[in-house]
Amino acid sequence: MPNSKIGGHYSQAYDDELQQAVGRFLQMAKLAQQQLRDAMTAFTTADLLLAKQVKQSDRQVNSFEVDIDEHCLDILARRQPAATDLRLVLAILKSVNDIERIGDMAKRIAKAVLRAVPESRPSAGQLDTLNQMGQDVLSMFERAVSAFEQMDAKAALAVLRDEKAIDSTYDDIMQSSLASMMQDVQQIAISLQVSQVAKSLERVGDHSRNICEQAIFLSKGSHAAHLSDAELQQIVDKQRD
Amino acid sequence: MTNTVPVKISAKDVKVFYGDNQALHGISMDVYQNEVISFIGPSGCGKSTFLRCMNRMNDTIEHCRVTGSITLDGRDIHEPALDVVQLRAQVGMVFQKPNPFPKSIYENIAYGPRLHGLAERKADLDDIVESSLRRAGLWNEVKDRLDQPGTGLSGGQQQRLCIARSIAVSPEVILMDEPCSALDPIATSIIEELIDELKQNFTIVIVTHNMQQAARVSDRTAFFHLGNLIEIGNTNDVFTNPTQKRTEDYITGRYG
Repeated sequence: MPNSKIGGHYSQAYDDELQQAVGRFLQMAKLAQQQLRDAMTAFTTADLLLAKQVKQSDRQVNSFEVDIDEHCLDILARRQPAATDLRLVLAILKSVNDIERIGDMAKRIAKAVLRAVPESRPSAGQLDTLNQMGQDVLSMFERAVSAFEQMDAKAALAVLRDEKAIDSTYDDIMQSSLASMMQDVQQIAISLQVSQVAKSLERVGDHSRNICEQAIFLSKGSHAAHLSDAELQQIVDKQRD
Repeated sequence: MTNTVPVKISAKDVKVFYGDNQALHGISMDVYQNEVISFIGPSGCGKSTFLRCMNRMNDTIEHCRVTGSITLDGRDIHEPALDVVQLRAQVGMVFQKPNPFPKSIYENIAYGPRLHGLAERKADLDDIVESSLRRAGLWNEVKDRLDQPGTGLSGGQQQRLCIARSIAVSPEVILMDEPCSALDPIATSIIEELIDELKQNFTIVIVTHNMQQAARVSDRTAFFHLGNLIEIGNTNDVFTNPTQKRTEDYITGRYG
């Protein structure tokens, strides 16, 4: 986070409290990123041990959420933040939910790995497609968090635009899963598993989108949810005096 | 606030000098009818000086010179034919420290209306005293002891007495210079609640060092710095997304 945006209060303690909120938020995001990466590795390599680890680490993400919520509540109650400080605390409070949900999605993928019957593995092609989607989604999530950290509205908007590609990959996967289910009853279990993982990844894309919207709100002070691309562009282009 | 709301006070390029020292560097702004507008800014930024221009309280300070124009309902308040005493009845003032007259509660309120000839009979005067005290939310607390000295009331009650006193002469605008800084949080809440009710009938300009108070009570907020008006806008915008860095630094407690 650019220190100039957070620091500089007459109260050094206030600077520290905000830095801490941001620091914990970024730590939590890193953890969720690792979870998602591990979940996808576990899925593509059918690594049950790793899948179990992912499932268990969800608790850590959850405890981060509670901890950050309480820390932000303290700041609101004791400091009554205004302007950028207020937007920062609100944006963290909201984005923490999204990261927690991303953790849940990683856990869901891990569970799918644990539930799968060993002999019915997705084809190499299916695994490739999902693996690629996983990498795209993970990269989107990472760039969303980085745009938030840098309070970079332009970068956040670029990430938002990429989400459309992920949605279309998701539609493709769903269609081909449906087609293979109709062709071959034996494929139903595998296709359901593939669709479930694709659905979880698509949700991670949605949550990353929310984080980008918070990054734009944080940097520009305007709400970025439910807007068209042109409206978003206008907000991002807006210069401060 | 949209432009359809009538302008109550309009200031254009107001400069104030105390001797050689320039305290205000050309302030222009409109105050709308029935709004609560707060002036914030660090000590010495000129917010109180500007407030005092609005009913010519600076006239009482030696070596103080005011240039530029200020109109009340379109009329220049500096025009020679204007009666300053009448102006100060129209634009009342409440100060930081409650300053009741050393007289009875009743006389504190009755003094102004009597001076301005607003009551012909004792019964009229009684009515004004009661309605002013009611509007200031003080009637129930003092109705049985109107003959007791105003200075015997608590700080918060004294401040409401001063508000009642300014209301008694039927002003259009009430200027408040840090009206709550000598009060405890409960008395402060009561005054803030009162401000909210008073804006139905009056235009209120309030100077405050308490930014949360400005955020709570005002429709618009103006930020002053070193004798300049830096930013004026809807209170929500100023406190969530100010346009000027100096405003942001001030309201977030940063070094400018």
